[in-house]
Amino acid sequence: MKKMGKILALTLALMMILAGTAMADSIKIAVIGPFTGPAANYGLACRYGAQVAADEINAQGGLQIELLFEDDEHDTEKAINAYNAVLEAGAQMIDGNTTTSPCLAVGAVAYEERVFMLTPSASSDLVVADKDNVYQVCFQDPQMGTISANLISENNMGTKVAVIYNNADDYSTGIYKTFIAQAKEIGLEIVSESAFNDDTTDFSVQVASAKDAGADLVFLPIYYTPASMILQTAKNIEYAPVFFGVDGMDGILAMDNFDPALAEDVILLTPFSAFSDDEAVVNFVEKYKEISGGVEPNQFGADSYDAIYALYQASVAAGITGETSYDEACELLIEQFSTMEYTGLTGDMKWDETGAVSKLPAAYVIKGGAYVPYGE
Amino acid sequence: MVAFLRFLINGISLGSVYAIIALGYTMVYGIAKMLNFAHGDVIMVGAYIAFCAMAYLSLPPLVAVLLAMVVCTALGVVIEGLAYRPLRQAASLAVLITAIGVSYFLQNAALLIWGSNPKIFDSVFSVGTIRLFEGELTITSETILTIAANIVIMIALTLFTGQTKLGKAMRAVSEDKGAAELMGINVNRTISLTFAIGSALAAIAGVLLCSAYPTLMPTTGSMPGIKAFTAAVFGGIGSIPGAMIGGILLGVIEILGKAYISTELGDALVFAVLIIVLLFKPAGLLGKPVREKV
Repeated sequence: MKKMGKILALTLALMMILAGTAMADSIKIAVIGPFTGPAANYGLACRYGAQVAADEINAQGGLQIELLFEDDEHDTEKAINAYNAVLEAGAQMIDGNTTTSPCLAVGAVAYEERVFMLTPSASSDLVVADKDNVYQVCFQDPQMGTISANLISENNMGTKVAVIYNNADDYSTGIYKTFIAQAKEIGLEIVSESAFNDDTTDFSVQVASAKDAGADLVFLPIYYTPASMILQTAKNIEYAPVFFGVDGMDGILAMDNFDPALAEDVILLTPFSAFSDDEAVVNFVEKYKEISGGVEPNQFGADSYDAIYALYQASVAAGITGETSYDEACELLIEQFSTMEYTGLTGDMKWDETGAVSKLPAAYVIKGGAYVPYGE
Repeated sequence: MVAFLRFLINGISLGSVYAIIALGYTMVYGIAKMLNFAHGDVIMVGAYIAFCAMAYLSLPPLVAVLLAMVVCTALGVVIEGLAYRPLRQAASLAVLITAIGVSYFLQNAALLIWGSNPKIFDSVFSVGTIRLFEGELTITSETILTIAANIVIMIALTLFTGQTKLGKAMRAVSEDKGAAELMGINVNRTISLTFAIGSALAAIAGVLLCSAYPTLMPTTGSMPGIKAFTAAVFGGIGSIPGAMIGGILLGVIEILGKAYISTELGDALVFAVLIIVLLFKPAGLLGKPVREKV
């Protein structure tokens, strides 16, 4: 009887090995971002977006994707640790990092060690500068400042503009600087500029200075959390200019218990709208919400979803398999990305030789708690 | 002139939030002689409890505040018992580092429980705003409520520590733990009580902070906590009226500095003023000078 058991176990083990080899080949993609800590919102969005893409691809059969998640807590040192951990676990390419500073730190090492990185959302131009192995899915910060100034002026959204920006944040100051430069160029009048930092709780001075300067449009190149405070403060002092945000504003409606009336008529630039009735978007939003526990996706989730699909498309085209080493994969992917085109949730993408993507944000207006394309 | 008045009122409004947090800091420091760096995070927990009670259980605001106070009181006593009591005889540096650890623990626990997405806190007390000078000057009801709560709490704490038996026991423990114990005072229970009161105050502070500045995140308490600690030192740590004066002055300096000097230098100005005050009055504005025994 004992012998029979042993034989049975052996047969079972053999069958499992056979089944394993019969299973489709899979590539390993690392997703690195802040899953905990103050920037967790963005990292988790990237994580969920990537998961939706991988689930879809794996359900189709063919080359499979195995995702390796590692938390960088939006910290450069921990980002390097996370990078080392995923390489040790066999990652062949990286969807990450989510945020700019960790992406810069990891990018420098990955450039030396030849690991391909496609960041969904680190939007500084420095992220891709002088590194042939780093590509972006998102557009770059400086572009957004220029586009915003042009849009405001072309559509006569406002004549006297106030700017409130976060001077402790590269993202915000980057957009702020190009916005001011472009405004000067095209003769858009800036009447007030004020700053805050990550720890600011009270925005009364910044909002009052915009009001006192008679601004009829307030440009907010910032993330949505401080933006929600600014909107509340403006309401308290009964000040109602046009508020114009950039892609960091995306997500404001998803805040728990947020009163959408506060964001009524706010204009924002984003490559992705969860309110679109495009079939692909509706499908993505539904699957995303299943994973995220009901939270609506923002552009970070969509960018990361696109990153996984773009990496997959390039891997298939280049013939990368689970056996390809990361440095071989890097050279193959660079070759693919510099020539390929990809159409995703966030637009049609092509990459230039620096690794920057060519796609344009669209302007939306918030009406009744949903995004409506500007001008419709 | 109206602009100045408006900034002054905004400053007092921000300062009164700092003051109410500073009262908790000063209370615990004054009696237990330890800096409870987790105080800011207990505030955050209090705000989350009140938020959940109102948004998910649809409880009336007053009940939500009471519930937050009860939960925070329990939390404060548990933290004190688990993290600080075993270190009663240890060096003060060990206690300080433990407090920082507790702070991180609370922040990350909140992140796990409530997630990282900010929640918008509904004001517990909104009866509209007072408008003066044709709307040029507005005072929100939250500002008035915060100032009123400050005054009530300050008077209540002063009376409690001055007049009641338990309050006297607290003062005795603060002056000399050993002697207090010899007089039959239960030092551990007294310090627990201090933490209970401090944490209940933190719950009130959390609700008021988020009523005035409605974005609630796991890190919501940390910066106001540090500013309030500064305010407590500024006013003279351990002194109850000092915490209140320090808090309000700090808020006014911060807002006026931002309004008239530079929005970029607001925080730097606050800390510069602190350094100058401490150079001339090392014990803070209302602190009692302590002579070092050699």
